[in-house]
Amino acid sequence: MKKRILALLLLVSLLGTVLSGCGDGSTEQAPENGQTNGSTDAGTQGNAITVGIAQDLDDSLDPHKAVAAGTKEVMFNVFEGLMKPTSEGDLTPAIAESYEVSPDRLTYTFTLREGVKFHNGDTVTAEDVVYSINRCAEASETGVLQVEAFSVIQSVEATDDHTVVITIAEPSNEFISYMTTAILPADYDQQDTAPVGTGPFKFVSRTAQDSIVMEKFSDYWGTPAQLDKVTFKIIENADSILMSLQSGAVDLFAHLTSTQVAQLGSDFNVVESTMNLVQAMYLNNKAAPFDNEKVRQALCYAIDKQEIIDLAFDGYGSPIGSSMYPAFGKYFDDELSNYYTRDVERAKALLAEAGYPDGFSMTITVPSNYQPHIDTAQVLVEQLKAVGITAEIQPVEWGTWLSDVYAGRQYQSTVVGVDASNMTARALLERFTSQADNNFINYENDDYDALFAQAQACYDDAEQTEIYKQMERNLTEHAANVYIQDLADLVAVRNTLDGLQTYPIYVLDLSTVHYVQ
Amino acid sequence: MKFAAKRLAMLLVTMVVVSFLTFAAFSVISGDAAAAKLGTEITPERLAALQAEMGLDRPLMVRYGEWLAGFFSGNLGTSYSYQQPVADLIAPKVLVTLCLSFLSFLLIAAVSIPLGVWSIRYEGRTGWFWRFWDIVRTVFNQLCMAIPPFFTGILLSWLFGILLKWFVPGQFPELTEHPGGALRYLFFAAVSIAIPRVAMTVRMLRSTIISEMRKDYVRTVISRGNDRGSVLYRHVLKNSLVPVVTFLAQTMAEIVAASIVVEQVFGIPGLGRMLVASISNRDYPVVQVIVVILAFWVVLASTLADLVNQQIDPRLRLGGAK
Repeated sequence: MKKRILALLLLVSLLGTVLSGCGDGSTEQAPENGQTNGSTDAGTQGNAITVGIAQDLDDSLDPHKAVAAGTKEVMFNVFEGLMKPTSEGDLTPAIAESYEVSPDRLTYTFTLREGVKFHNGDTVTAEDVVYSINRCAEASETGVLQVEAFSVIQSVEATDDHTVVITIAEPSNEFISYMTTAILPADYDQQDTAPVGTGPFKFVSRTAQDSIVMEKFSDYWGTPAQLDKVTFKIIENADSILMSLQSGAVDLFAHLTSTQVAQLGSDFNVVESTMNLVQAMYLNNKAAPFDNEKVRQALCYAIDKQEIIDLAFDGYGSPIGSSMYPAFGKYFDDELSNYYTRDVERAKALLAEAGYPDGFSMTITVPSNYQPHIDTAQVLVEQLKAVGITAEIQPVEWGTWLSDVYAGRQYQSTVVGVDASNMTARALLERFTSQADNNFINYENDDYDALFAQAQACYDDAEQTEIYKQMERNLTEHAANVYIQDLADLVAVRNTLDGLQTYPIYVLDLSTVHYVQ
Repeated sequence: MKFAAKRLAMLLVTMVVVSFLTFAAFSVISGDAAAAKLGTEITPERLAALQAEMGLDRPLMVRYGEWLAGFFSGNLGTSYSYQQPVADLIAPKVLVTLCLSFLSFLLIAAVSIPLGVWSIRYEGRTGWFWRFWDIVRTVFNQLCMAIPPFFTGILLSWLFGILLKWFVPGQFPELTEHPGGALRYLFFAAVSIAIPRVAMTVRMLRSTIISEMRKDYVRTVISRGNDRGSVLYRHVLKNSLVPVVTFLAQTMAEIVAASIVVEQVFGIPGLGRMLVASISNRDYPVVQVIVVILAFWVVLASTLADLVNQQIDPRLRLGGAK
């Protein structure tokens, strides 16, 4: 018996020695990507990079089903529509070579580009286009999300192999913007897990909670990607993100905080752009006391956007005053950003008028996985104190936020960012019409609804832009929400890399990224 | 034999109870897999339609019964988030977490037992140096117990990863392709898990040995002319090991809990990360299987501890077989 115990002890300590020895033997196996640290030999790395992303693509990879912004952001490299957004915010023909609109604006004739290939080697045919558009219009298949703007489609027809004719019921200025909907092969049913598109990168593999691998698609119709391979590595922990960048494991990471960027060191360049989100304290316009416009306005006067940006974001971020962000160019009205400036006396007076001379208590529900929103809420709490409002932050899980706040509309106020699915003002403004499914703030304003209907019926771009601006002004004047900012997007790029282009929508385009010679 | 049967039955009951509790917990918290899937595209109508399609609108017991039947017939189901079979999704991660837990356990056992015994050697000596040493030892021990693994993890990544470049933080080598590199990577994660538990085990072993040394039989053996050292190894240590082995088995459960955090810090694609992500996605087919695996793991550890203890102390054997 004694011997047995002794043997056990010996074995255990022996294993311990072996294992700790294992830690010392660092020279035998050099880290594979270690060379990324050196700036001279770009050729030795096999022209591959690792991109860090903070959340997994734990979604369907089918572009017609994917919901998460993070999934769409990455899969932008794999899929294309008839049209494709450019980094300037315009549209450029992609799978379509050109299109014509009939004089009555009801018929769109798309001529497909010759010889566009899917990643599985098949050539894109008019039939694939018809299938893809119909799939999103009908949304009869499980999980496929209906594209609202496709409800005007009357017919989609392939007149020959290269021509697709789409007829719509009423003219729409914005219809073409929705033609960025991904084109998929008609006879393929593995999109959920092994997606096939036409983009500059083809999908290779996904390992849950670990990585997504893409390779250059050599038969791409346009300018081919400059990198041969991109590995998206999922790193959720904020400290690990920094560590992975510094260790050389990761070459590029988007959506960093100003604190993280400050610690990066000289190996990285920081590309600053915008997140393209409307960050606001969204108010449930049907829940007391926010059903009173004066109370909502009082909140707007109580807060100081610039102070939030300075305190919580080190000064990175652009203040906004309505549901529109600067990257949208012509639709953005900068005047609204300063419509309310901090005025404690006025806020108190408005509260008194509304019947709350001593303020009130409120709850700010915040999804706990979004630190920037929590940080913002913390500053808000302090600012609201000055006008006598006691706000309490209630962090909830994302799933709970979706079902209780977003779908159930059971909340008082919440701090989140709302994005646009495509580059139309409609994508941001339609949700506040009283009948919209996603009008989670319960905003009801007859003028607003009328303006929206007017905008939809308008074909003149300048006139339509003006109407959209009036809608934005309507949201501001009635203090629908307490608008705060469009967050800054800080992207760390290893200094051996160049060519990253940023977009006015939430995507990460890697096709132009390349090593510096 | 009777013992084995009893244990097996206990294992089954534990697993069923744990899996049911997990299942029930999911029906209590708000938000379900359908809501998570729809994300910001959620509308009450879409939610209801998807819930019906996924079968989430059926009663809890029906769904649980279905899951249990599937589990015992070897069908672990399909992940809602990834739309892949749970078995394929989890298998490589089980291996990684198993390696990490096993490494941590070995480290704890291999370091704490010799260290605990060594710490007794100078017990009872007087003089300013030994008093000072006692303070240093206690403070260090407390410190090690207090440091949370995630902090040690960050520290180790920085020291061995960034400064010494012994491994590349954030670049975990594929376990089956580069087992050497992967084990080295896991070693650092295991160290950060092990440090507080080693401190606890040492403290525990130390106090057990000290109280054992004060017992009458030790005084008798020493007074008969045996030297202190051999008494310590031949009699005292053996008698002190029983509570330590039991403690180590409990540690097994703690290792698993700690590995969830440490996997995040080191970027190790193990079960822990998968579990956390699946819970927030309400992806219960995945959560269920992971929870059952972890429960199995913990019950197995305590069974092994009992077996070892019976080897050390025959009296326990009698107790177990009655």
